[in-house]
Amino acid sequence: MLESEFMRLAFASGAIVGMLAPAVGFFLVQRRESLIGDGIGHVAFAGVALGYLLDVSPVATALVAAVAGGVTIEVLRSRRLAASDQALALVFYTGIAAGVVLISLAGALNVDLFSFLFGSILTTTRTDLAVVAALGLTGLAVVAVLYRALAAVVIDEEASRVAGVPIAALNVAIAVLAAVTVAVSMRIVGILLIAALMVMPVIAATRVAWSMRSTMLIAIGLGLASVLVGLSIAYYGDLPPGGTIVLTAAGGFVLASAVGAVRG
Amino acid sequence: MPLAVELRDVAFGYARGRPVLEGVTLAVERGEFVAIAGPNGGGKTTLMRIVLGLERPGAGEALLLGEPAHAFSRRVELGYLAQRSQLVIDAPTTVREVVAAGRVARRGLLGRAGRDDRAAVAEAIARVGLAAQADVPLRRLSGGQQQRAFIAKALAGEPSLLVLDEPTTGVDVEAQEALAALLEELHRALDVTILYVSHEFGAVERFVDRLVLVRGGIVFDGPPGQLPGMWHDPSHAHA
Repeated sequence: MLESEFMRLAFASGAIVGMLAPAVGFFLVQRRESLIGDGIGHVAFAGVALGYLLDVSPVATALVAAVAGGVTIEVLRSRRLAASDQALALVFYTGIAAGVVLISLAGALNVDLFSFLFGSILTTTRTDLAVVAALGLTGLAVVAVLYRALAAVVIDEEASRVAGVPIAALNVAIAVLAAVTVAVSMRIVGILLIAALMVMPVIAATRVAWSMRSTMLIAIGLGLASVLVGLSIAYYGDLPPGGTIVLTAAGGFVLASAVGAVRG
Repeated sequence: MPLAVELRDVAFGYARGRPVLEGVTLAVERGEFVAIAGPNGGGKTTLMRIVLGLERPGAGEALLLGEPAHAFSRRVELGYLAQRSQLVIDAPTTVREVVAAGRVARRGLLGRAGRDDRAAVAEAIARVGLAAQADVPLRRLSGGQQQRAFIAKALAGEPSLLVLDEPTTGVDVEAQEALAALLEELHRALDVTILYVSHEFGAVERFVDRLVLVRGGIVFDGPPGQLPGMWHDPSHAHA
């Protein structure tokens, strides 16, 4: 399997996304914002469409659109202009509607577009890998550096605010991290499934973990394992990689729940 | 040396609503243990939020350790126990992790936890009597123990002013008594200024230096012993 360069590239880029998605998703799940990745994903879809319309890199325009969408959700929520679920719905539906209109204008309803929607990890190029590595490893480094502050906010946001922790900046940081994760993961599992990789390993980890830190580390391990195992199954079973990876993550949840139930 | 808290003729009201507070003047010395009580809707939580700089008064002036409260520059000196402090996250979080969150403001966003941080966390956990449960997930502890963990979190930041908002909500009378005794012990040992904000004050009546009753304004401010009988909290027989 690893004799083919396209599989080596797929495993390398998948491994980075497999670690980044749950590392960022961990904080979204704790804040009861599990579906925010979905909302940002749909804005990223509009970004991809804009890229086709302007004839520039769809990944670049998706990244810009995703960051704008993530920050918009955070601004609407934090300034109480809309409740969290309403902010998500506004951005979610505006994103998908803009995407449909822009795709129509660009005349780009083609196979390449579907590779963004459903993932196309097997077509990863060396340039794609370089982009995923640069953005993904930067995202992981930011999570590592800000971990204590982000953890303090999800544990007790009000007391952190009183003590002078810059809550607004940290919330924007999480929104931007989520957007970057969506943008770099589009080619791996697809826009429609990226939120699953941000959330499912985290939910599974809570079933077996014994502390906050262990939850984060187990979630990262499960995300990585889901990508590597899912990709291998897809290769040997001739299955679509994106869906197989997410189904493997779902299997990880079932397994973790069983282990958690046995341990009591 | 400036007062811990000073309110000068403070008024506050929400847009298109009747005033919540009017003509509030209050001075809290450093090291005092003060209970701020009153009925629900009487304005005590608003008063507390003004003190913490989370709301700006519509009129008057609010000072915190000598600085305008809304622009207070030394927020690391504030310890705060929010109402119904409990974990709302799914990840199993240990007492030590919860308490360590109280050190973040002092260490800064990018700072790594050092030996002194770990020592401060361990000391705070020991002070509230949870040393044996330090590495136990919080959700496995009783409501009273969880409350103690959050008090330890506030203490870990080594505050000079500790503000507790309705700390006895959802806690049984026995745990309320234990909490009050713990606060008295911390007050004596750490010389920290404590504002205890609650609609119930019976548990701490024996321990506080002053009792401030709020109902749209301050209707009583003095030692608990001088409180007219009709205002005593009937939920605690010893009062």
